[in-house]
Amino acid sequence: MNRVNARDAITRAHHEEWARVVAALARRFGDLDIAEEAAAEAFATAVQRWPADGVPPSPGAWLTTTANRKAIDRIRRENKRDDKQREAQLLYADDPPEPLDAIDDERLRLIFTCCHPALAMETRVALTLRMVAGLTMPEIARAFLVQETAMGQRITRAKAKIKAARIPYRVPSAEDLPARVSGVLAVLYLVFNEGYLATGPDTDPVRHDLTAEAIRLTRLIRALLPDDGEVAGLLALMLLTEARRAARVSGSGELVTLGEQDRGAWDAALIAEGHRLVRERLAAGVAPGRYQILAAISAVHTSARDVRDTDWSQVVALYDQLVRLDPSPIIALNRAVAIAELDGPQVALAAVDHLEHKLAGYHAYHATRADLLRRLGRSQKSRAAYDKAIELAGNTAETAYLTRRRDELG
Amino acid sequence: MQYLVSVIDDTAGLATPDEQAAIDVFNDRLQAEGHWVFAGGLAAPSTATVIDNRGEEALLTDGPFLESKEYLAGFWIIEAADLDVVLKLAAEGSKACNRKIEVRPFL
Repeated sequence: MNRVNARDAITRAHHEEWARVVAALARRFGDLDIAEEAAAEAFATAVQRWPADGVPPSPGAWLTTTANRKAIDRIRRENKRDDKQREAQLLYADDPPEPLDAIDDERLRLIFTCCHPALAMETRVALTLRMVAGLTMPEIARAFLVQETAMGQRITRAKAKIKAARIPYRVPSAEDLPARVSGVLAVLYLVFNEGYLATGPDTDPVRHDLTAEAIRLTRLIRALLPDDGEVAGLLALMLLTEARRAARVSGSGELVTLGEQDRGAWDAALIAEGHRLVRERLAAGVAPGRYQILAAISAVHTSARDVRDTDWSQVVALYDQLVRLDPSPIIALNRAVAIAELDGPQVALAAVDHLEHKLAGYHAYHATRADLLRRLGRSQKSRAAYDKAIELAGNTAETAYLTRRRDELG
Repeated sequence: MQYLVSVIDDTAGLATPDEQAAIDVFNDRLQAEGHWVFAGGLAAPSTATVIDNRGEEALLTDGPFLESKEYLAGFWIIEAADLDVVLKLAAEGSKACNRKIEVRPFL
C-alpha cells in the first residue's frame, strides 16, 4: 500500500465516515465533546498507521472501533471523578457497529442536536459543520471570517451547554418536527451557500465538500419528511444550483455569471431531478414557502437552453411572490437583477440605489450596481462600484471576475 | 434533571388575578405530571438585602445585588427529562404568568 493511496483513503473516509463515527460515539457516550475528540484522534491514528499498515478492509468500522477505544481511554483517565453512568456505558463499548440503516438515523439525531433552537444561529451552523460535516476549526473560522480562537470558544461553549442543559440527542416528536425542521433547513442552506461561494483567500472558490454535504443532509431530512414542501424546495434549489457548478468557474479561475455560463456543462441529471421536485410541489397545490419559490426561479433559469430564452417575466413574477413572503433587501437586490433584463438597466439601477442604506456593506450590492452602470455606459461610476465590490468580496473567483470587468471598462 | 425556571419582570405590578389563576392551573399540571419541585413568587427587589461576610465582619447593603430594569420576580424548580421537555413547559409558564422566562439547568 503506498502513501498516496492511504492518504486518499483517509480523505475519503473522513468525508464518508466522520459524521457516522461522531454520531455513534455521541449516542453511546452521551457527550458530544468526547465524541468529537475521539473521532479526531481516530483519524489522526489512521494518518499514522494506514500508510505503513495498509488501509483496513472496512475503514468505517476500523475508525469507529478506534474512536471507541480512544473515548474509553479518555473516560477512564477522567474517571477519578466517579461517573457511574459513563462506567455503565462502557459495558456496551464493544457492541458491534450499528447496522447500516441505523446510520442515517444517527446522523439525523446529530443534526437536530446541532441545530437546536436553544443555540444561537451562528453556533448551530458552526456545530453542524464541525460535528456533522467534519470541518476543522480553522476551516470553519475561515468560512465565517472569525478568529480561530473565537470559533473554538463558540463551539466549546455550545458543547458545554448541550451537556449541562441536556439538549436531547434525538429526532423531535412529530408535533415539534415542522418547526424544528425549518431551523435545520436554514443551517443547511447556509452550509450550502458557503460551499457554493466559499470565502477566504486560500479557499477553493467552490467547496464541493460543503455543497455535497448540504445536499446529502437535506436528502436525509427529505427521507424523514417526504411531504414537507420546504424540504423538497430546498433540495430542488440546491440541486439546480449544484447542477451549474462545473460551469461556474472558468479555467482561469474566474467566476462565470449565469448569463455567460456554458449551459452544455450543466449537469442534466441534477437539473432533471430538481425540475421533478419543483413540478411535484406545483402539483401539490399548497402555497409555496421561500425555498420552493427560489427553486422555481432556479427552474426557470435552468429550463432555458440559451440565456436569451429565459422567461424573465416569470422570474420577476416569482420574485414578487418572494418579496411578499420575505421583504429582505437581498431578495429585493436579486429581483432588481431580473428587472434589468425585463425593463432595462436604468429601471433596475433605480431599484438598487434604493437599497443603499441597507446593503452598503454587501459586496453583491456594489457588484450589481457596477454591472448596471457599466451597461448604461457610466464607466467612472461603474469603476468606483467595482472597486468597492472587490474590496468587500471574499471569494477568489468572484474577485478575479470583478477585477477583469473593472479593468475592461473604457 | 432539575431546571431553574425564572420569571423575569420589567413592570412594578404583581400578577393580576387572571394571571394568578392561570399560574395556579399551570402549577396543578406540573404537580399532576410529576414536574413540580418547588415554586414561589418574590417580593420586590427593593426589599432585598445583600450580605458580604468574606471579610472581617458581615457587611449589609440595602437593595438587590444588581440594579436593573428587569428583575427576578419568581421561579419554578422543574424536574424534566431534558431541555426540550422543560422548554415546552416554560413556554406554557410564560403564557400563564404573562412574563419572560429564563431556563437554566442545575449542575
